[in-house]
Amino acid sequence: MSPSLEARGLTRRFGTFTALDHLNLKVDGAKCVGFLGPNGAGKTTALKMFTDLIFPTEGEAFVNGVSVQQDRKRALAACGVLIETPEIYGSLTPREALEMVGRLRGMAPKEVRDRTDEVLAEVRMSEWTDQKVGRFSKGMKQRVNIASTLLSDPEVLLLDEPSTGLDPRGVSEVRDIIRGLKRGRRLVFFSSHLLSEVVDVCDEVALLNHGKLLFYDSLANVTSRFVGGATDVSVEFLGPVADDLVKGSIATMPGVQACTRQDPTHLTLTIAGGPPAKARVLEGLVGLRTGLVGFKESRSALEEVYLSQVTDGES
Amino acid sequence: MSAIPVAANPAVGTESARAAGTIPGTLAQALLLSRYQLRDYLRARRFVLMMAIVGVLGAIITLVLAIYRTSDVVQGLTGSSDAFYGSFWGGGVYVVIIFAGIIFGGDAIAGEFQNKTGYFLMGLPIRRTSVYVGKFLAALAASVVAVLFFLAILVANGAYYLGANGFPLALLVSFGIALLYLLALLGSVFLFSSMFKNSLYAVLVVAVLFLFGFTIIEDLIVGLVKIEPWFIIDYARSVLAYPFTSPLPAHITTMTGPGGRTFTSYNPTYAEGLAIMAGYFVLTAVAGLFLFEREEFT
Repeated sequence: MSPSLEARGLTRRFGTFTALDHLNLKVDGAKCVGFLGPNGAGKTTALKMFTDLIFPTEGEAFVNGVSVQQDRKRALAACGVLIETPEIYGSLTPREALEMVGRLRGMAPKEVRDRTDEVLAEVRMSEWTDQKVGRFSKGMKQRVNIASTLLSDPEVLLLDEPSTGLDPRGVSEVRDIIRGLKRGRRLVFFSSHLLSEVVDVCDEVALLNHGKLLFYDSLANVTSRFVGGATDVSVEFLGPVADDLVKGSIATMPGVQACTRQDPTHLTLTIAGGPPAKARVLEGLVGLRTGLVGFKESRSALEEVYLSQVTDGES
Repeated sequence: MSAIPVAANPAVGTESARAAGTIPGTLAQALLLSRYQLRDYLRARRFVLMMAIVGVLGAIITLVLAIYRTSDVVQGLTGSSDAFYGSFWGGGVYVVIIFAGIIFGGDAIAGEFQNKTGYFLMGLPIRRTSVYVGKFLAALAASVVAVLFFLAILVANGAYYLGANGFPLALLVSFGIALLYLLALLGSVFLFSSMFKNSLYAVLVVAVLFLFGFTIIEDLIVGLVKIEPWFIIDYARSVLAYPFTSPLPAHITTMTGPGGRTFTSYNPTYAEGLAIMAGYFVLTAVAGLFLFEREEFT
C-alpha cells in the first residue's frame, strides 16, 4: 500500500473565525507536496489536525487510511512529524532524546543507536551528541527535531516550515535532506513560505488561502494552468542596447511574449514554452553578440501563480 | 551533504503496518516516558532546589535538637519514638510533600504547552494517557526521593537519640500513608496543571492552595459553617501522625466557651483520612487526565 494523507471536510473554527474551511484533499503515493499559503491561511491548523494536536470542528483526517481522530497512535505510527519548533527536555542530550523517541516508537535498542548516529550525522549534530539540549541555539534544537523526525525512517513526513530558525546554511541543508527523502518510497508533505524551496524540491503543490484550498496539482500543471507556463526573465547587457535591436530581433524571438526595457542595459522578457524556449532565447541573445552579462528568472512561475491567486483570494 | 539512505529500504512501504505492530502499549510507553522525564528532573535545578529545601528543614531539626537537648520539651520528644516521629515526621513530612508536588508537578502539564515540549512528544504515536501517566510517575518518583531524604535525616537523628528504637514499625506505616498523601497531592497538582497553559499560573495556584489556602478554607468551614470538612485534603493529613498516636483523638469534640458559646473541633478517623486521600487521588487524577485529553496545542 502506498503512503497517503487525506482530509475529508476538515474544518476548524475558533469562535466566529474559520481557520480551515472544509478541506478536502487526498495525497497519495511517494512524492513531495508543498503546502503553500500566506500567514493565517490555515496551513499549520491543517497540519495540527493531521497530527491530533488540535481537534476538527467538522471532518476527519486520515494517514494511510487510518483516522487520526479515531486512533492517533496507529495513524501516527507511520509518520514523522515536525510542527512549529518543539522544545526538547533541556537536561537530555540529543542521544537521549532520540533514544526516548525510538523506544517510544518500539524500535530495538541497537536500531535506535545506529539510526541515532546516522540521523545526527545527517543534520550535522554529531559533535553535540552528548551535550545537553538546554544549551543549544534554536537552530541546533531544530536540527535535533529534524533528526528525531527521521529516526524511525517513516513513510509519511509532515513538516511545518522545517527551515524555521535555521541559518542560510541550515536552510540549504534541510532542503538537501528533503530532496534526499524524496528518493525513498515516502510521502513528504510540508508547509513553507519559501516558494523557491517548494519549486526546488516539490512534485506537487497545494495552495491554501483564507482556510480554503485553492488548488492541488503538479507543479507543471499549476504553472501552465495559471500563467500559461510563461516566466519573466531579467536580461542584462554590458552596455546600452539599441532600440531597433530590441524591437527587431529580441522581441521577435520565438517564445518571447513581451519585452520591456527597464533601463538602457536591462530588459525584462516574458518567455513562454518552459525551459526549452528559455534555452533558445538565451542562445539567440548570445548570437546577437551584444555583450550579454546576465540572464536570470526575475520571478518563478510558481511565484506568479501564488501572487495572482492569493491576491484574488483576498479581494 | 549526503542523503539518508532511504532508497535502499524497499520495505518502507509496509512500514506503517510494521511500526503499528511494534509500538509499545499505553502503560509501557508511560513507563518509558517516565524514565526519561525522571532523568530530566534529577538533572535539573529544580531537583537541587528541592533537596536544598529538605536539607535546610533537616538541618533546622537537627540543630534545634542538638542545642536544646537538655530542655524538658526536647527531652520529651526524644524520650520515645512515638513522640519523636509523631512530631517531626507526622507533623513535618507534609511540608516536604507539598513542596515536592509544587516543584515537580506544578508545571508538569502546563509546561508541555507553554514550553512547547508537548510538540516534541505529541507528534509521536503515543496516547495522551501515556504522556500524562508517564509524567505523573516521574513526578512521583522524584518526590519520593525527596521524602526519602527527609526520612533519612530523621532516622539518623532518631538513631542518635533513641538508639535501638530509632526505626519503629509505625514509621513504615506512616511512610505508606505519606505516599498516599503524596499521590493525592500530585493528583490535585496535575489537575491544576492541566487547567492552565501557563506554568506560572499553575505553580502559583497550587502553591497558594496547598501552602495556606486549604488551611484557611478548612478553618472557615469549621468556624462558620460548623460542619466536618471531610472534602478538604488538608483535613486528612493529621492521619500522618496517627501511627504514633495512642489513643487516637476524638472524632468530634465540642467545648463550651465563655458566654455559653460552643466550639466544635473535628479530627478525621483513620479510615476517613485514608478515604479522603484515596478519593482525592482518584478523582483529581481522572479529572486532570480528562482535561489533558481535551486540551489543544493551539
